[in-house]
This record gives sequence, C-alpha cells and structure tokens, in this order.
Amino acid sequence: MVEHRPLSDIIAYAILTLGIFIVAFPVYLALIASTHDAATVVGGNMPLSPGSQTLENYYRAVFVGGSRTSREPVGHMLMNSFISAIGIAVGKIFISMLSAYAVVYFRFPFRKTAFWIIFVTLMLPVEVRIYPTYKVVADLKMLDTYAGLILPLIASATGTLLFRQFFMTIPEELLEASRIDGAGPFRFFWDTLLPLSVTTIAALFVIQFIYGWNQYLWPLLITTQDSMQTIVTGIKKMLYTTDELAEWQLAMATAILAMLPPVAVVVFMQRLFVRGLVETEK
Amino acid sequence: MEKSVVFNNKLLPYLLLIPQLIITFVFFYWPASQAVWQSFLREDAFGLTSEFVGLENYTSLFAQPEYYASMLVTVVFSSLVAALSLSIALLFATQADKNLKAAGTYKTLMIWPYAVAPAVAGVLWIFMFHPSLGTLAKPLRWMNFDWNPLLNGNHAMALVVMAAVWKQISYNFLFFLAGLQSIPKSVLEASAIDGAGPLRRFWTITFPLLSPTTFFLLVVNVVYVFFDTFGIIDAVTGGGPAGATTTMVYKVFADGRLGGDLGGSAAQSVVLMVIVIGLTAIQFKYVERKVQY
Repeated sequence: MVEHRPLSDIIAYAILTLGIFIVAFPVYLALIASTHDAATVVGGNMPLSPGSQTLENYYRAVFVGGSRTSREPVGHMLMNSFISAIGIAVGKIFISMLSAYAVVYFRFPFRKTAFWIIFVTLMLPVEVRIYPTYKVVADLKMLDTYAGLILPLIASATGTLLFRQFFMTIPEELLEASRIDGAGPFRFFWDTLLPLSVTTIAALFVIQFIYGWNQYLWPLLITTQDSMQTIVTGIKKMLYTTDELAEWQLAMATAILAMLPPVAVVVFMQRLFVRGLVETEK
Repeated sequence: MEKSVVFNNKLLPYLLLIPQLIITFVFFYWPASQAVWQSFLREDAFGLTSEFVGLENYTSLFAQPEYYASMLVTVVFSSLVAALSLSIALLFATQADKNLKAAGTYKTLMIWPYAVAPAVAGVLWIFMFHPSLGTLAKPLRWMNFDWNPLLNGNHAMALVVMAAVWKQISYNFLFFLAGLQSIPKSVLEASAIDGAGPLRRFWTITFPLLSPTTFFLLVVNVVYVFFDTFGIIDAVTGGGPAGATTTMVYKVFADGRLGGDLGGSAAQSVVLMVIVIGLTAIQFKYVERKVQY
C-alpha cells in the first residue's frame, strides 16, 4: 500500500457497507414479503421483520400454485427451468467443443469459412431476430417443447471462441507425444484434451447455466401452455391480474426461489464464475 | 497463431462441425435472412399473401413519431444506466481495492446480483416502489411527493433505470476491481513520494490507466441496456405508461405481437442489427488495442 491512513479505511468500510446494503435491500424485502400473509403485504404497511406465514406461502407456491389465477405450481416451473438451463449449458459446451476441436486440430478446405460462419453469430442476439426465429421454431413444431426452449439459444459463437482460444494455449508437444504413442483423434480428445479442459468446461457451464436460467423473452414467446413455462416467466404472470388481486406474497416467494439456484452458483463457484465471465467477454 | 502439428483425417473435421453448423443455419442464418427479406414485404391481415414493397416498410417506420420516441427513450435509458452503474461501481471498486482485511467478503457480497434474472430484478423493484404497497413509496408519500410509476412516465423511467443499474453494478464492479488491481503499485508510490494526495493520484494516474477497462465496460453496458433489460422493462412497466419506457427492442416485440405488423417489426429488427453490428465492431477494434496495451 502506498500510505496507510486509518480514516481512509473507515471511509472505505462505510461506503462498501452502504453498497452491500443497497444491493441486498430489494432481496431482503422480497424475503420478508414471502413470510407474511396476503393482507399484510398488500396493506402497504408491511413490517421489516419476518412474519409467520413462511411455510404456508412456500408450500402453496411450490405445490399448489396461486388459487385465483389457477397457474401452474412453481415446483413444475422450477423443473422446466432446470431442464432448459442445463440443456443450454450442456448443449453449447458439446457443440462448441467439437467445432473448436475441428477448427484447431485439423486442416481441411473451407476451415476458415466454417469458423467465420460461426463467428458472425456473435453479432446478433436472439432479441433482434425474435419473430423470424419464432416462426422457424413454430414450423419445426417445436413450440412448447424443451428443444424449442434450448436449441435457438445455443446458436452462438461464445463457446467455440473460448475453446478455440484455450486449445491454442495447449503445447504442441502433447499432440506430438500422443501421436508417437499411436493415438488417433478420438484417443487424443478423450485422454489428453478433455482432462485438460475441465476448468474451462466448468467455467463455461457456470456462465451458460445462469444465462439459460435467466432467459425471459424467448420462453415467454414460445411457451403457450402453463405446464411448459419457466419460473422466471411465471412470476410476471402471477402479477398480471389487477393489483389488488395479485398475490404478492406468493410472487415474492417465487422470486426468491427463482434467484436461489443461479445466486448459489455464483457464490459457491465464485472462482469459476469470474473466470468464465472474463473469458467469454473477450 | 496456428498449430503446426495436426491430424490428417479428411471427413472427421466436417462431422465434428456439423452439429454447430446445423444449429447455426437453422436458428440463426435462416431467421436473420427472413427478417431482412420480410422487411421488404407487406403481408395482408391474415398472413396469407405478401407482396414486395421495396423500402416502404422503412419509409413508414421513419415517418412514425413513435419510432423516434422509442429512439429517444433508448438513448436516455442507456446513457443514464451506463453513467450511473459505471460511476457507482467505480466508487465501490476503488474502496475495495484499498487492501482491506474483508475485501474478499465484500467482493462476494457485491457480485451476486449478476445472477438475478432481469425480469426478477424488475419484480423486486416494482414491489419496493409500488405506489400503493411499496415499502419505499411510503416515505415519498410522507414528503408529499406524488410518486406513481404506473401513471407518470418520468417516474416509470426512474424506476426501470434504478432496477437496471442495481443489476449491472456487480458486473462493472468485478471488471473495475480487476482493472485497478492490475495497475502497478510502484507508479502510485512514485506519485505519492512526489506529494500527490489520494484524489490527485486517482485522477492523474488511476483513472487514465483504467480507461481501457472503462471503455470496454461502456460498450458492454450499452449492449446490456439494449437487450438484457427487456425483462426489467416488461416486468416493471410493460413499456408504458404511454410508451415512456418503450425502448427500440421493446417496440420490436410489442409491434409484432399486437398488430402482426411483421413487415414493420422486421424493418425495426434490421435497423437494430445495423446498430448492434456497429457496436460489436467498436468492441473488437478496442479489444485489439487492449492486447497491444
């Protein structure tokens, strides 16, 4: 440190504590709201301490669903979210690892072309081409299916670029050595490349899981049946009724449940998360 | 940088590329070209026939006052979110960079909102500031401030900006902290020996050396505001009241959904594509500079 001033440390702690308070307060309020009954929450005088309805609220949200809106129980939405988030993460890792392997470790006609075809997808997020993509998915009879929720979101180059970059850093001696040992492309992939890529795969998985879990516009558009909706799209529908009727305590319990898995991933796998975030953005 | 040792298989590389290429063509190139093609067509109300109308969709788009309004909303929204989230995150990052004992804990407690879905963030903020039941709307009422984001366009904009900033601080904080930690301490020490105080050191040394990070974050933040904030806007205001929070991306969604004006919606998509390609080009040009730096 350049110089040590106790006052400057105190200011730093004060500012950071204020920051954490700002960051945490909206979630704290939601957590409190999810422990009170409907009347307390809607009355506009909700206390800032927990109430006594926690179990009832979460039980109703997860297993029963809102009574007035006759929506799907959240337990089912959670399952849909898990399936599509894991599908997006695994699918993207699978296709991009294979294509990066082809581009880095083989020489063949149109290699550069293939790379550019994939690379261009970086330019256009799905939001820009939303209706044409919807039409394609509808023509393929993939509305209200997991394939429809997953496949259009893995058509992007981030994973391919990440693996390509990583494969480039692997010393060439490794390939030479395994070729002397008589290994073909499959053996080299399984015995050498895959074990070396574990951290990169994990980092990409963390980022893609969060990305997939938090999708909103796409699932909103292509799921028409309540039984296929994800938890993030489900919350909004709980509030869609007129304000007095909306069951805010259930919506807030749902919001907490929707935040838990991705937040847990960030907190408990922080190192992988930071690595994935920094490397996919390059 | 190319590998000099490679495999010689002729067919295998194509097989490895096929899954990604199929998905890319079906879900990217086909729809993207459809968007471009559709922007030159006009469909009848039932979508049965369509005729080629040239640039008519574009001329009628740019004749719409609502389209210019949505551009203005996008500009106001992105500059407010980018300016606020960058400066707040920079303030927190400089404090966390002071070698505090609890720096690691603060970092963990600061970055988790990244994982909160934009739509969920929107729901949290509308709950907090809901005119009739919001906990933080109460003090505003005591101050005789007629707070109502459901009816007042400026209030609605303020609310979506706050929610978007809240969600983006964690990301900017993380990158600013990494940028600050990569600044050599010897430079700061030398300047301290010359008698420069903390503030002067920040503005003459830290801030200029941080400029690559700041510029990178600026581009990323603008892209974030363009696309990822869709969920926030839909959850908090639904683009209203009276279009006060309808950004360009939200308008593509709303126009296509409501009237089935697919030609007009496609023309808007194409305009957005051009903007995004421009932004991405800036980003790549900058990334190259960072490598040399």
